[in-house]
Amino acid sequence: MNLKDILSPLYVWKRAFEKPYSINTLSKERPGAARYRGFHKNDLDKCIGCGTCAEICQNQSIEMVPVHSAKDGDSGLRPKIDYGRCCWCALCVDICPSGSLTMSNSYIWVEEGLDRDVQETYCYIPGADQKPWDSEELGYHRPEGYELLRLERVPMPHLPAEERLESFVEMVKGYSRELAIKEADRCIQCGICTATCPAHMNIPAYIKAIREDRIAEGLKILYETNPFPGVCGRVCTRRCEDVCALSHRGEAISIRWLKRYLTDCIESKDYQGILNSEVVPNGKNIAIIGSGPGGLSAAYYLAKLGYRVEIFEKNSAAGGMLRYGIPEYRLPYASLDKDIDYILSLGVQIHYNTAVGKQVRFDDIYARFDAVFISTGLFEPFIIGIKGEDTPGVISGLKLLDDVTNGREVRLGKHVIVVGGGNVAMDAARTAKRLGSEVTVLYRRRLEDMPADREEIEEAQEEKVVFCCQAIPLEIESTSDGRLAMIWGKAEMKIVEGAKRPSPVLIEGSSERLVADTIIAAIGQGMNFSWMDGEAFARIKFGKWNIEADRWGRSSDQKVFIGGDMFNRTADAISAIADGHRSARAIDKLFNPSNE
Amino acid sequence: MQSLYPPIVNGKAVYDLDSQKYIRVWQGPQHPGVTGNMSLELDICGDQVIKCNTHVGYLHRGFEKLMERRRYINCFPIVCRICVPEPDTNEYLFAAGMEELMGVQIPEKAMWLRALNLELSRLASFLMHLGGQSGAFGMGTVAQWTIAYRDYVLDLFEELTGARIYHMYMTPGGVRGDIPEGWIAHTHKVLDGASKLLDEIKHVMLNNAIFKQRAIGLGVITPEMVDHYGIVGPNARCAGLKRDVRKDNPYLIYDQLDFEVETETAGDAYSRTCIRWRETHQSIDLCRQILAKMPPSGAVHITLPNVLHLKIPAGQTYVRAESTRGEYGYFMVSDGSEFPRKVTVRGPSYSHAMALLEDLLVGVNIADVAGLMVSLHTYPPEIER
Repeated sequence: MNLKDILSPLYVWKRAFEKPYSINTLSKERPGAARYRGFHKNDLDKCIGCGTCAEICQNQSIEMVPVHSAKDGDSGLRPKIDYGRCCWCALCVDICPSGSLTMSNSYIWVEEGLDRDVQETYCYIPGADQKPWDSEELGYHRPEGYELLRLERVPMPHLPAEERLESFVEMVKGYSRELAIKEADRCIQCGICTATCPAHMNIPAYIKAIREDRIAEGLKILYETNPFPGVCGRVCTRRCEDVCALSHRGEAISIRWLKRYLTDCIESKDYQGILNSEVVPNGKNIAIIGSGPGGLSAAYYLAKLGYRVEIFEKNSAAGGMLRYGIPEYRLPYASLDKDIDYILSLGVQIHYNTAVGKQVRFDDIYARFDAVFISTGLFEPFIIGIKGEDTPGVISGLKLLDDVTNGREVRLGKHVIVVGGGNVAMDAARTAKRLGSEVTVLYRRRLEDMPADREEIEEAQEEKVVFCCQAIPLEIESTSDGRLAMIWGKAEMKIVEGAKRPSPVLIEGSSERLVADTIIAAIGQGMNFSWMDGEAFARIKFGKWNIEADRWGRSSDQKVFIGGDMFNRTADAISAIADGHRSARAIDKLFNPSNE
Repeated sequence: MQSLYPPIVNGKAVYDLDSQKYIRVWQGPQHPGVTGNMSLELDICGDQVIKCNTHVGYLHRGFEKLMERRRYINCFPIVCRICVPEPDTNEYLFAAGMEELMGVQIPEKAMWLRALNLELSRLASFLMHLGGQSGAFGMGTVAQWTIAYRDYVLDLFEELTGARIYHMYMTPGGVRGDIPEGWIAHTHKVLDGASKLLDEIKHVMLNNAIFKQRAIGLGVITPEMVDHYGIVGPNARCAGLKRDVRKDNPYLIYDQLDFEVETETAGDAYSRTCIRWRETHQSIDLCRQILAKMPPSGAVHITLPNVLHLKIPAGQTYVRAESTRGEYGYFMVSDGSEFPRKVTVRGPSYSHAMALLEDLLVGVNIADVAGLMVSLHTYPPEIER
């Protein structure tokens, strides 16, 4: 020991004159850092209640509680956070697919009434329960570019536009195993899609099956709710993808392509072995009128329940609009037949070329069968309602598609005008393009108002279909050289009180002229009531535009059910399939009231 | 004169507690010598310890078992809790183990940020230790300075990572975010202050006659003991062994930094304190080096496959890093499923606080027990993973 060591500590006497580190007043506010992970905030309007926050929370401190009623793409649930469990790791914020969940930089939460129930004291629903930090700007937000989710879709290989115009070959190539698993891996399995799908397909479950490479299992899940997976895997309107949780900040999961992948993986001869649908006949007979997706779907589920099903089809092949309304490049006949063949393999009998009202009377069917399911669809094209529409060379979109399917010779000429903006219009335009014509689409509203699938519009543009929007057809004239001239007027968009979208109004005096060889009208289609006569129909109550039915498709006659496009206004395949399944269950309930 | 120590028969001390010559006392689990809870069962004769039994288990939370039932991403928020005062080593090693098993490489900038975070956490941990060391010898003033100054380092963490203690910053795949605006200037200020504080600590503590008197010759670790007990870090370096994972097996960007491994030869509590004091300076210097050499921009994270059902290919790995207490290791086994098959955490405190302490305490004055324990720098939470 030396003197230096004794004196050395005295060196720090000078600290006595320095400003102390500590804060003397405890009440002095000290805001958290800009990134501080404090109490949660939630933008209730942005939140979709997918529950991914609760899924990733390792402390199970998040519970999803109902805040308002559920709607498409929103479960109506919102996270409620238990701060007795939360560890502020912010994984919930990082993974939030809608980006609604954030954190404030608040350190302190003072609440009175600790004697109350724990659920009330330490838990709150961010956004719904007002807290002082709700308006706090600072606090932890997911840093830009930092993602726990893969937001980009695995691209689907397509034929290039030039190549696909040369034939009716299917343009989408389909996922390989690697790509499908990679795409399936993006799914967070929230189930928002299942709630939105008209058929309530168990989408998370079959995506999980793909991810885990359990293909057969996946096919079984598909057939639980949809006997047309191969078709829906190609042409479904996929409302599931519109509401996919990932679509809020990125691209939705390719649910449709993944479904297609499952069906493409399995050959039709293996279906029976996997699905193992042994049918025990129960002795009841059901008649189905129309073999579209609705009718066949009802047939499938009824046959599985042991009913003997007979289908009456006016055409020479089954499939309805799927066959006669969708061109081959979107839905190859082989894929359609694969699904139909499996349904028929359950013992479903089809009477082809048998139109009810012509070859067979409805009253006979009504008398012979225990129940009847009508799903004849919408096959009557609407007319534009302008002068000259009956000129030769003016045809409907459905007729063109039907002719092409049936292999009839179609001569459209060099230039074709398609009137309309729906899916049939797109199909007609792109079919005409494949037949070698130059195509112009006339549509009354703006491009963004088109009811057709976005993807179809984009593909049509790739295929160099010309779009002429805000164009109101006025008159069709024959020209001196035997061609057709469409007179149309420019429209301006006017917002009408109470209407969902702006209406096109003709600009006074506007008149343009477009010459073509063929004009195709594809502005929608309606129902054909003409065959509905006879004693049985006399007892059935008709509504304003259709047979009256409850949500199960039951008409006023308990033996008669309706479904498909003639029942639901969405008029897409998946809704028809859902109708068929639902009515099959309703029919079964008629005979077995105790069955669920 | 009769020996103070009881006779040894078959390698064990034999004595009669009822003889009134010996007493058995318990120190702990609330203990002045460690950050956390553990107990010492001391048999003393007069004021000298003749036998010590360590008792751990007061902090057991079963992390290793918990991890086997959790998805990988859900393990990430709990690993930091294995060591409270220096959680970042755990975060880093868990993430590094996962990345190695998955065969992914994190961006360069993320590596620098991880190293920066690790050095800052070493700084915070050393500050806490130095305060504890002086406090255990009755000098509470230094403890107040360092614990207070540690809070300034925690402020830096709060600004960079969003939390003061459990930073949860080094996520698998990189780090959560880049450096916020103004943070570097703030860091330099804090580092300068820490440097100044260390100089004052040298005057008050290392050059203090009382401290020297009590610490010199206390708990001597000889080079032979090092491998026998599995001693690592400053406890091994005080015996003259040049062992530092950052040099021996450089990880992250440590091979691009300029530093020397600090060693002493005496092996006692005083030399250990000196090493830690110098390593605190070293950490400050390394932080400055990292700030100077770090690439100014670049990605700080890669996007992993969906973490909700992330599966890691079957395999096993051992990753290690240098914490303030020495080599910290994670042995991770994956069976290819969504959950870790086994994660074994090798905290350096395990051997230091149990086997080594039991031996070093024999013959020590009871007043120096706390000082000796602190000089081994053990954190009980990491003993009980």
